Amino acid sequence: MAESDRKEKSSKPPLGKERSARYEKFRPRRYRSRMPIFWWISKRAYVHFIVRELTSLFVAGYALFMVYQLYVIRQGAEAYESLLAALNTPLSITLHSICFLVLIFHSITWFNLAPTAMTLKVGGKRIPGSLIIIVNFLMWIVLSIAIGWLILSA
Amino acid sequence: MDTKVKIEVQRYLPEKQPEPFYQEYEVPFREKWAILDALNYIKDHIDGTLSYRWSCRMGVCGSCGMMVNGEPVLTCGKFLEHYLPGPIRVAPLSYFDIIRDLVVDTDGFLGKLKSVKPWLITDEIKPVSEGEYIQTPDEKDEYQQYSMCINCMLCYSACPVVGLEPDFIGPAAIALAQRYNYDNRDDGREERKKTLLGEDGVYSCTLVGECSEVCPKAVDPAGAIQRYKLEGAADWWKSVLMPWGEK
Repeated sequence: MAESDRKEKSSKPPLGKERSARYEKFRPRRYRSRMPIFWWISKRAYVHFIVRELTSLFVAGYALFMVYQLYVIRQGAEAYESLLAALNTPLSITLHSICFLVLIFHSITWFNLAPTAMTLKVGGKRIPGSLIIIVNFLMWIVLSIAIGWLILSA
Repeated sequence: MDTKVKIEVQRYLPEKQPEPFYQEYEVPFREKWAILDALNYIKDHIDGTLSYRWSCRMGVCGSCGMMVNGEPVLTCGKFLEHYLPGPIRVAPLSYFDIIRDLVVDTDGFLGKLKSVKPWLITDEIKPVSEGEYIQTPDEKDEYQQYSMCINCMLCYSACPVVGLEPDFIGPAAIALAQRYNYDNRDDGREERKKTLLGEDGVYSCTLVGECSEVCPKAVDPAGAIQRYKLEGAADWWKSVLMPWGEK
């Protein structure tokens, strides 16, 4: 090491702001990459994730539609009949079919994720994730049948 | 034995070029070579200026994490054979600032780790004469999985939230916080809460789940995060419904 270098170093405080400012000045520039808007296209798992998130919009939208249906029912039988008639178009049936498929995808993907968040224990032993998924699906099927029976038997 | 494999390595030489670029190298194919062996071959025989981190060569130190064909992996644990016929693209871990070539800046990550206080916090320290803090195997099993983390940062490079929100404390730090939260010798849960439930804490996670997929030690950080979300939500409801209850 040259004498001049040594002198310069020793005259600087060993730690503190002054030194770090000097260090920053000569520090090589870091490279920071930007995240492209379509980052999620690069990988199947990311596409799956984005689709799963987007299905939430359909869930929210359909929930609002159901609230609207309740509102119409309150208006009386006639109003409800006319709503049903208005919905009986190819466009509406197509939209409902799409919504149905999207909601099924939403339910399946979230049920499959349930064991990630739930760690259940019975008698000190951890319940396997697959069992939590199966119970979720069974409950879904049983409830769907019950609701279907309620509607169809009315 | 004459087979050659092309390896495209991302270089970043700040004193020469402001942007990273890919440089192609050709290495001999050896059945038992990991990607790291190929990089070492390049460094030793082709281009000594290539910079990258590595140490143990056996998936323990967590230094050699890189993006190989777009996937965050430990380069000592993935074999050339797996990527034949090539070319194989090697880049630095995503979402980290690059210092040089394949070397990334870990300062941010280390700061995040520290922010969750990943050490045993005890209210009362027993005198030595009272002996060890005894723990049963079941109590150890509660947290052992989360203690396997080697800080390789692969989970950060797999997490798009880290890319979109650079202040998110991230999978490994939260898993490590949980490692201590679930330790029956620890009393630091309350102290960690502020960071974990804060703006950059667990609720930034959108459960992409890739952190657990890429983890070389099966730590399952995604699980650790979701468990904390559930506990955080339960705590919140408790505080709303029973404000007189114990904190």
